[in-house]
Parts: sequence; structure tokens; C-alpha cells
Amino acid sequence: MTFRRQALVILRRDLRIEGRTGEALLITLPFGLAALFLIPLALPLDTALLSRIGPGMFWAVTLLFGMFITFRQSAGESPAQHEQLRMLGVDPAARYTGRVIASTLLLIVFELVLAPTTILLFAPEPLDGWLWIVPLGVLVAIGLALIGTLVSDMTASLRGRSTLAPLLVAPLSIPLLVPAAQGLESIRTNNGILVPAMFMVLVVLALAVIGVMTAQPLEETT
Amino acid sequence: MPHIEILGASVRFGLVPILSNISLTLEPGEVAWLRGPNGAGKSTFLRLMAGLIRPFAGQALMFGETPGPSTRKRTGLVAHHPALYEELTLEENLTFFADLTATRHIRVDEALEAVGLAGARSRKARDSSEGMRRRADLARLLLTDHDLLLLDEAHSGLDRQAGGLVEALVERTIGRGGACVLVSHATEITFATRVVELNEGSLL
Repeated sequence: MTFRRQALVILRRDLRIEGRTGEALLITLPFGLAALFLIPLALPLDTALLSRIGPGMFWAVTLLFGMFITFRQSAGESPAQHEQLRMLGVDPAARYTGRVIASTLLLIVFELVLAPTTILLFAPEPLDGWLWIVPLGVLVAIGLALIGTLVSDMTASLRGRSTLAPLLVAPLSIPLLVPAAQGLESIRTNNGILVPAMFMVLVVLALAVIGVMTAQPLEETT
Repeated sequence: MPHIEILGASVRFGLVPILSNISLTLEPGEVAWLRGPNGAGKSTFLRLMAGLIRPFAGQALMFGETPGPSTRKRTGLVAHHPALYEELTLEENLTFFADLTATRHIRVDEALEAVGLAGARSRKARDSSEGMRRRADLARLLLTDHDLLLLDEAHSGLDRQAGGLVEALVERTIGRGGACVLVSHATEITFATRVVELNEGSLL
């Protein structure tokens, strides 16, 4: 049983369960949309200001609610189920990878629903190179999925897990969100997106390596 | 070579002692009936034997090796609660485990048939009775061959007819030169070759 096949089996399981329960996405999505809707109401009526902060609000809501998607994904596996995977000899790194891919796909769907809502509510300035937002969004989704799944594994056996996990995800996401915001600004000012995008790629690669390499030791300690 | 060799093992969760100075050897062909009062540490002892937890003192070997992925793969474990995914059907649950062990899907059909769940294959685990879930969990053991069976309250929820499934599984494993440990509150297990009494984390 290859690493790739094990990861695909785990991915299929997670997506099938999510497709039937909608727990991660259908519960989180309304809250994300509500947050986007309420923010403009809390600010002075200044369309120029809303236009400037719109992209930042998109990333902030993606982070805040995106982390819950990854946690709910991870919480879907009980200790007994996890132990059965260990008994079957499932590579912890393959299990990690399958869960990350599932969370990434859900986060991309989350972003795809949030994006038009953000445009509608905040009316950000039209961007010439708007297509560059797509790779930025994908990189944010992958990075959040990597961070969320890693933090979920790190805190699996801790009592204060539900409090500690979000507190860990937020600062770890900064190296992703800052260049994502800078990337949008670069598009707006026609300054080229290469530097922030490459930085994000490096961050995602580093997170992927850390996640895969720590999967086995983390499993042995829980 | 013994399938299980535990020497002076102690297990604790945090500072709470669960098992103290346990020693046990299980040879091929043996069926050990592990019994004791609630909270004696039986399930923890089973997980120690499965290699899922390590003792903080003493030694635990499986098939002559330190427990790890290769020894766990040779072991079939039925835990106290069935490890089924609630939103998947009974068939999908077994197919999931079959896919992870590169088992042909035909064996899923055979396994469901063998435990009397062929007609309920499309029922979700959460919509199934406790007895059906337990049968499905036992069916999982039919997908691959094991050298060691660890069964924690495997009879729980089963009717008298289905209770014979447990004995059939044990006989199948013993017939291949394997060994088995059962945790059970039953009053009698005729096919057990020895009884192991556990109380307050210590063997009597």
C-alpha cells in the first residue's frame, strides 16, 4: 500500500463524510458570510474605505473561519478510529497528507463563496491582474490546511485543545496572510506579484515538510 | 517465539497508575481470557499488547520485536467501541479498511455475508443497532489474516447466534498458528485455554 494510495483513501473518506454531514463547511460558511456582511455596518459609511479594506477582510475572515474548517475536519476522527489506522499500519504522513488535501479543497470552496460576497459588499477597486488572486487564494488555502492539521495533531491529547489550537493557528498564519495582502496590493499598484508569491510558496513548502516529518513522532506521543 | 512477551510493565496516564508490574507471555495457539472488575485496566492492558501504548517501566515485545507498524499490522484489534465512521454505510466502512490494506473488495462482500449483514450493507453505521455495528467491526477482521487477535468485549451487543462469530474468528486465527486475548464479562468461555485475572492494575 503506497503512500499516495493511503493518502487518497483518507482524502476520499474525509470528503465523503463532509459531503454527507456538511459539518465543516455548511456550519462555518454562514458565519463567514455573516461576518463579511456585518463589518461594513460597523464602520462609517465610507465607500472608499470599504473598498480599501475589502481584500483584507476577505483574508481575515478566511483565516478566522478557515481554521474551524480544519479543526472540524480533524475532530471527525475518534481516538478509536485513529487507533485502528495505527493498527492497519497507515503511514502517519499519508494520513496527514490526505487530511490536508481534504481541508484545502474545503477551504478553496469557502474562498470561492466568500470572494463574490466580498466584491459585492466591499466593491474593491477593479484590478488589472485579478487572475493572480487565484494562486494567492490557493496558496492561502493550502497553507491554512497545513497549519490547521498540524496544530490539530499537536494538540490532540491536550485538555485545553479547543482553546489552544486557535491561539496557535493565528500567529502561525501571519507568514501566509501578510504576503497575501501584499500580493493584492502589488496587483493594485502594478508592482508585480512575484516576490510575495514566491515567499508564500516557500512558507507552504516549509509547512508541508514540517507536517510530514513530524507526523510520525506526533502520533507516537498521543 | 511468543507472540506477546511482557515483563514487569507499568503504565500510567499522567501521574495515575493504570497497570503495575505486569508480566505475561502468550504463546502461539493460546487463547487467554482476560477478566476483572470494571476499571481494573483490562482495556489498557489490551492496548499495551497491541503496541498502541508504551510502558514507562518494564518491557513489552510483540513477535519478539519492539511494537511498531510491522507488528501492529499482524494484529487484529476489536476495541471496546466499534471504530466505524457514523456517516458511512457498513459496506463503505469495510471498503475503507479494505482499501487501506490493499484487500480485494470481493472480500468485503464475503465478510458482510459471513457476519449476516449482507442485507444491511447500505445502512449507515449511525443508523445501525449496536449488535450490527459490532458484527461489522468483527467483519473487519475477516478482511485480512492476523497472527494475533485482541478482542475487547467482542460479545457485547451480540445475540447468541452472532456470539458464535467470535469463536469462529478465534478458531480461524488459532488454526493459522496465531494467538488470541479476549476481554469479556461472560460467565464462561469454553474455548479459552487460560484465564488471566486483573484487578486494580495488577495480575492476580
